Amino acid sequence: MSRERAFNLAALALLVAVPAWAQLTGETFTITLATRAVIFALAATGLNIALGLGGLVSLGHAVFFGIGGYAMGILAFHAQSYTPLTDWPVTIPGTKLMPVIWLVAILVSALAALLIGLLALRTTGVYFIMITLAFGQMFYYFAISWPAYGGEDGMAIYVRNGFPGLNTLIPIQFYGLCLAWLLVVLWFNARLARSRFGLALNAARQAPQRVETVGLDPVRLKLVALVISGAVTGLAGALFADLNRFVSPTMFSWQLSGEIMVFVIIGGVGRLFGPVAGACLFVALEHLLGGITAYWHVWLGVLLLFIVLFGRGGLVGIFAGRGAVHD
Amino acid sequence: MRFKAMALATVVAALAAPVQAEVKVGLITTLSGGGAGLGIDTRDGFMLAIEQAGRDDVEVIVEDDQQKPDVAVQIADKMIQSDKVDVLTGIVWSNLAMAVVPSAVGQGLFYLSTNAAPAQLAGPGCNPNYFSVSYQNDNLHEAAGAYATSAGYKTAFILAPNYPAGKDSLTGFKRFFEGDLAGEVYTQLGQTDYAAEIAQIRASGADTVFFFLPGGMGISFLKQYADSGLEIPVVGPAFSFDQGILQAIGAAALGVKNTSSWSKDIDTPANAAFVEAFSARYDRLPSIYAAQGYDTANLLLSAIDKADVNDDAAFGAALMEADFDSVRGKFSFAPNRHPIQDIYVREVVQEGDVFTNKIVGTAMTDRANEYVDQCKM
Amino acid sequence: MSAILIAEQVLNGLQSGVMLFLMAAGLTLIFGVMGLINLAHGSLYMVGAFAAAAVAAATGSFLLALAAALAAAALAGAVVETVVIRRLYDKDHLDQVLATFALILIFSEGTRWIFGSFPLFLDIPPWLSGPVELPGGILYPAYRLALIGVGLAVALGLWLLISRTRLGVRIRAGENDREMIAALGVDISRLYTVVFALGAGLAGLAGALVGAIQSVQVGMGEPVLILAFVVIVIGGIGSIRGALVGALLVGLTDTLGGIFLPELFKLFTDPSSATTIGAALASMSIYVLMAAILVWKPTGLYGARA
Repeated sequence: MSRERAFNLAALALLVAVPAWAQLTGETFTITLATRAVIFALAATGLNIALGLGGLVSLGHAVFFGIGGYAMGILAFHAQSYTPLTDWPVTIPGTKLMPVIWLVAILVSALAALLIGLLALRTTGVYFIMITLAFGQMFYYFAISWPAYGGEDGMAIYVRNGFPGLNTLIPIQFYGLCLAWLLVVLWFNARLARSRFGLALNAARQAPQRVETVGLDPVRLKLVALVISGAVTGLAGALFADLNRFVSPTMFSWQLSGEIMVFVIIGGVGRLFGPVAGACLFVALEHLLGGITAYWHVWLGVLLLFIVLFGRGGLVGIFAGRGAVHD
Repeated sequence: MRFKAMALATVVAALAAPVQAEVKVGLITTLSGGGAGLGIDTRDGFMLAIEQAGRDDVEVIVEDDQQKPDVAVQIADKMIQSDKVDVLTGIVWSNLAMAVVPSAVGQGLFYLSTNAAPAQLAGPGCNPNYFSVSYQNDNLHEAAGAYATSAGYKTAFILAPNYPAGKDSLTGFKRFFEGDLAGEVYTQLGQTDYAAEIAQIRASGADTVFFFLPGGMGISFLKQYADSGLEIPVVGPAFSFDQGILQAIGAAALGVKNTSSWSKDIDTPANAAFVEAFSARYDRLPSIYAAQGYDTANLLLSAIDKADVNDDAAFGAALMEADFDSVRGKFSFAPNRHPIQDIYVREVVQEGDVFTNKIVGTAMTDRANEYVDQCKM
Repeated sequence: MSAILIAEQVLNGLQSGVMLFLMAAGLTLIFGVMGLINLAHGSLYMVGAFAAAAVAAATGSFLLALAAALAAAALAGAVVETVVIRRLYDKDHLDQVLATFALILIFSEGTRWIFGSFPLFLDIPPWLSGPVELPGGILYPAYRLALIGVGLAVALGLWLLISRTRLGVRIRAGENDREMIAALGVDISRLYTVVFALGAGLAGLAGALVGAIQSVQVGMGEPVLILAFVVIVIGGIGSIRGALVGALLVGLTDTLGGIFLPELFKLFTDPSSATTIGAALASMSIYVLMAAILVWKPTGLYGARA
């Protein structure tokens, strides 16, 4: 498995080297692009836990991304307008502190994943794809028509939230935070895949009956995977909102769910660095193709088709060859 | 990104000017997806004025926001951080403007709005570096209310999509409509079937129907309304009767009254010249978005002649003077940097086989906006 | 709220339901026979509407436009099936979702490339325009009545096709046991192309029919696509009967929810917040319906298998 490891190390080196180079040459915007790629990679890594390990084809992961975004938006909105979130039973103020926002984003999106999972995991296969899509639409329409937090206009947060000891307004520092999160989650993901839970989940994906006969509940295993997955994607949503200093219902849109899935698949399903490679490629393409032609979606579509039809295993698969998932 | 700057910043390249551009303008607008028609007109109107001026000290960088707020923010970041633009402009949609404008003007850039002008940026959120060259979002709806009152309608049925701009629209209409409401309905954003609402209109017995349904929603509504056999007169803001979409509605729109700050038959030399030049250059009639883009570019050019864009106070003052030949005729800025202008009533007519608008009256004269007093700069 | 208004809304719900059925029938047929999820089905709806608008503009005939829509969408379907889709049958749902998502991108931007960014014009034919009076004094647009009629006729036609013809026998056999009918000498790849083209043609027909009262523009297929998915999930994937019942349920829930929920909330709160809350909940109502049905019956109302 050394080729996949070499690929991963190369990707890691690029994630450090490109922004460092951009910082030295004053290409600030490249850092912003890299931040976007890293945050998408984090969201896709979240989906990869459900998809790669648990075999759950969720076409509604934008729900968690959006919830994370709105967790940031709502907390920061109340902080910037000096109004409390609620006065009853106790006064809860808003906050501009990233660690608190992250915690809330993770908890709320995990809770949402739990509730959605309890309903959606009653179904399998295509029904699961469709019901997650429907939950996404439900949140999308709700966010559009609920007036309290901007409705379809969304909410602008004027100053990026803070992290103790850092100046998050400086692009490279914010990038560092996002990259740190990505690395932590990747490490966690690798550990998870090799843990007893990960092995059981893998077994539940491939042979649910057998798992059941040894006394494990496959649905419960998948539910836990979905909750972890949702929490990670929610965290990414909070970071994305902070990158843009803006949240809006488009964070819930089904196109975004589709894009998160595209990151995972073009990178390589179930590969540790698949989502990272996919997200980076997507952001680079969006940037380069978008610069050449206004019709770049056509070419993106053609490229995706080729990857699905001829390049199984995604980017990681192409470079590192097929093989067991996660070492 | 370098390709893009070269490919699209046509002005400098076309004239092969050796001089370094003095003012860099970032034009962010919608060039792909369902709303692309509006952005394309904005861009073409803006670029027409720049081309006509034939100057080599203004460079325009154009990018597509795909009608997505996060993409717009990303482009704005790129234009500010990488291209080092001095002025941003071009955004069509209010929600995208809210995502981009506060942070851009906060970083000391100028933003000139070619269309979107939400209430938040006109009232307490106003900024000396933010100018709306189009209108304040409420204006056309207010004018529709004023027109419905002056036309003697006693009861109105009003509808708009359930999102902030829709609510602002109905509020604006009610502000100047003195009759009673026979019904007030919020539809779903992106809704394509209005049979249910039309049935409610039929049952309401209203004298007139006011609707704000931009883009495809308005096309669907008007076609279905015309087919329902209802004879209650309809009034709406210009957005659903724009040159770009009128052909798609066809005869169903004939005779409908709509309110607009611009029309192609405003009888001034500047407007006649604009309509002729635009039609000749792009082989289609201009829309209100094209007119607003054209005015925005001319306003910008007039200010560049008077002041240095890096001197915020002087450049802001130069823009405030509005010393340019607006295609709308009279044009000046209220203290909160939104236009004072006349709002016309137009009627949809057929000229040959083209559907277009004709001015039939003036709904409001020298209208500024409701938020002037709330703006403290 | 008068009885006439309610009756009219029920007709509206019925009309939007039968149009959804045209979309959902193809989707569910394709899934039932080939086991394929086709996200690009909405693009075929759009192809139909654009073809109809182009032909109507050139010839002025609505019937020719409908025929063109059917033909263009079926042809586009057959081409896509031969070039792309048939390589997906033995892949998992994940690859199908991604590949058909890619097709949406290609279709949408490709259409914009060809037809430009402005909406096209397509109108109701003069002989169907205007309202007719129904028993009970209901004034209802003739065109919408025609839509209900066409939808029900297509439903009947599909039923006859599947239960009475040789092609129908093959389709039913294909749903039950793919290997077996291949072994029996049926040209399975041709059968698949035909089924896909049939589904595509129905979507194109729906696009043209609905396009005449709505806006013919890029991206028009996507909202309908998602509704059609809701329909087939409610009805049970693969079941034509389920698609019909699901389509009518979704059409009625969507239409009536938008009217009655705001009225309901007016009983508890002031009119303006009632309309806001009611409209917010109405936009979610069909998804709530779908979730509720799936919790009750995880494979939909008439679904046999997942």
